[in-house]
Amino acid sequence: MKSLEELRAIREKMKRQMDLRGPNEDHIRVVVGMATCGIAAGARPVMAAFLDEVEKRGLKNVTVSQTGCIGVCRLEPIVEVFVPGEEKVTYVKMKPDMVPAIVEQHLVNHNVVTDYTIGAAE
Amino acid sequence: MNHVRCHVMVCAGTGCTSSESPKVLAAFEKEIKAHKLQDEVRIVKTGCFGLCSQGPIVMIFPEGACYSKVTELDVPEIVSEHIVKGRIVTRLLHMEGDEGKSATSLSDTQFYKHQLRIALRNCGVINPESIDEYLGADGYTALERILTEQTPPQEIIDCLKKSGLRGRGGAGFSTGLKWQFTHDAVSEDGVKYVCCNADEGDPGAFMDRSVLEGDPFSVIEAMTIAGYTIGSNQGYIYIRAEYPIAVKRLEIAIGQARKYGLLGKNILGSDFSFDIELRLGAGAFVCGEETALMTSIEGHRGEPRPRPPFPANKGLFGKPTLLNNVETYANITWILNNGWEKFAAIGTEKSKGTKVFALGGKITNTGLVEIPMGTTLRTIVEDIGGGCPNGKKFKAAQTGGPSGGCIPAELIDTPIDYDSLTAIGSMMGSGGLIVMDEDNCMVDIAKFFLEFCVDESCGKCAPCRIGTKRLYDLLCKITDGKGTLEDLDTIEELCYHLKSSALCALGQSAPNPVLSTLRYFRDEYVAHVVEKRCPAGVCRNLLRYEIDPGKCKGCTLCAKNCPVGAITGAVKAPHIIDQNKCIKCGLCQSNCRFDAITKR
Repeated sequence: MKSLEELRAIREKMKRQMDLRGPNEDHIRVVVGMATCGIAAGARPVMAAFLDEVEKRGLKNVTVSQTGCIGVCRLEPIVEVFVPGEEKVTYVKMKPDMVPAIVEQHLVNHNVVTDYTIGAAE
Repeated sequence: MNHVRCHVMVCAGTGCTSSESPKVLAAFEKEIKAHKLQDEVRIVKTGCFGLCSQGPIVMIFPEGACYSKVTELDVPEIVSEHIVKGRIVTRLLHMEGDEGKSATSLSDTQFYKHQLRIALRNCGVINPESIDEYLGADGYTALERILTEQTPPQEIIDCLKKSGLRGRGGAGFSTGLKWQFTHDAVSEDGVKYVCCNADEGDPGAFMDRSVLEGDPFSVIEAMTIAGYTIGSNQGYIYIRAEYPIAVKRLEIAIGQARKYGLLGKNILGSDFSFDIELRLGAGAFVCGEETALMTSIEGHRGEPRPRPPFPANKGLFGKPTLLNNVETYANITWILNNGWEKFAAIGTEKSKGTKVFALGGKITNTGLVEIPMGTTLRTIVEDIGGGCPNGKKFKAAQTGGPSGGCIPAELIDTPIDYDSLTAIGSMMGSGGLIVMDEDNCMVDIAKFFLEFCVDESCGKCAPCRIGTKRLYDLLCKITDGKGTLEDLDTIEELCYHLKSSALCALGQSAPNPVLSTLRYFRDEYVAHVVEKRCPAGVCRNLLRYEIDPGKCKGCTLCAKNCPVGAITGAVKAPHIIDQNKCIKCGLCQSNCRFDAITKR
């Protein structure tokens, strides 16, 4: 037997999870390079950190997905962020502890974290 | 990590199950584990997407990629390419029609573009075995609102009346009125029942089955609301035992709803109690008729009884009973959540909302479709269904199964709704839509449906028990080439008497296929009777296979293949078929390399 509050909580939680199946043209896409080079450089904990952070903040309009080798293996782990209507931003040499800043500043407040981008690394 | 980034939806409806989707599902589970992705990828078993001919169907989100005809051997590639590397496997994407265009998104396809899914809104979208997913799809919001606000029952009934919803089982009676009658009926001891008719029995129909397999909770929630509205504490779902997946999912769903306190005593803390039990039918067609269905639930032999009294006053166990069809229930919560105005805006003047059809027969996209009322048959057959396969010509469509009638090609622009179908001698029926092409003989089709009714007649009333059999005998006489023109008149007269005197809808509607084929394809009947010829080349006793001596090279291949030894002839000399021995199997024709054998 569930109380009304418990039912509503389940509904909200499931809704957030099932959003993934709806139309997503307007979503911000976070793409993590997960080829051999990316995984070897530590891309998996980075993606896990993104998934955690997105869940923690309950962000509805973000999809996290993976992709193959982007080509600059020496800068892996690489994460690209696509905000609809804006140019893509490439973050390089990512570590899990850099993720909260990107989520907060870039995904939520739309300010690119320039310190971590490919331009800063070069 | 508890955020899932990817959902893999594998269809687990009956169509895809028979094309081995359980193996695909198992392969996905194995591969995902092998890649250690089980925490971030969720595999979801869903109901029918509708594209049964292309099964097994797999959809992967967030990309929304639709893969068709997936085998377990394709799964490692999909996982390592798409799920790990984010590259869609284009070779497996669902392709549509001759253009060879593959669609990454289902909603772009011709098949889905003309559809509007209300009853099927959750089919292929949620996991039918998870009440949590149903809740996530706004499930139980209607019941929650009604119970917390203590909505007056009359308000719910008025909403249904104004929505214009009519029974989806075939007869098309106003659902709101039915609820009103049962609500108003007085029961001496206060007991009333809510029943759901899931005894879908006509050949070629699988709509109710798909709803129950894909979204059982929508029916359970609607029945609970019905219980609240008419003042009943007990519901029964009468479902045929031949639907094992639907039965299993209903059992799971009822169990989960009880666990959550959404069925049972004091639902959501209110003073309203309601529970549902399943009753398995043994697969008799007549038990789809309401009075026979209730007699069967009571534990008696499934036989109809005369009406009135109607079930709303005296139904199950002699108590006022509300009986609706699965698809009708599936519409209820949508209407209560979205408002009657929205529902009434869809469809035609007297037929509102949408209707689910099971497309079958000679059609490219065999499957399940839901269209707004008023959509023309042309849109269904040509645009959604993709036309007849192998470039054959569309000849007719049968709606309503053995109780309905055929719609000939010249009426293909008829809008599909209750009244226009009745006007042309067919009926909406529960929603089976069987497409026939030029190779189908209409007399043979009428005979097929009639034979079904002869088998399924319960035998209680003489018109149906004897009448259908005599009618069948007359049709056999015609397809055997022994019919006379007077027989056609006798058939029409017999149909008239059967329609007017049979006890229940089974007998009353059994002549429909005969009458409608006789109305639109009388020339075919006449060809059978006068010329002793079957224009479509189907009726065996009217066929003749002959060897053209000019073309026959005497290769002896036909003689070697003839199962009854009807073909004789010397090597390198023209052969001859002995018509008395020939069983018209057609093997000689399909084996001949010189095109020397003709069928007449």
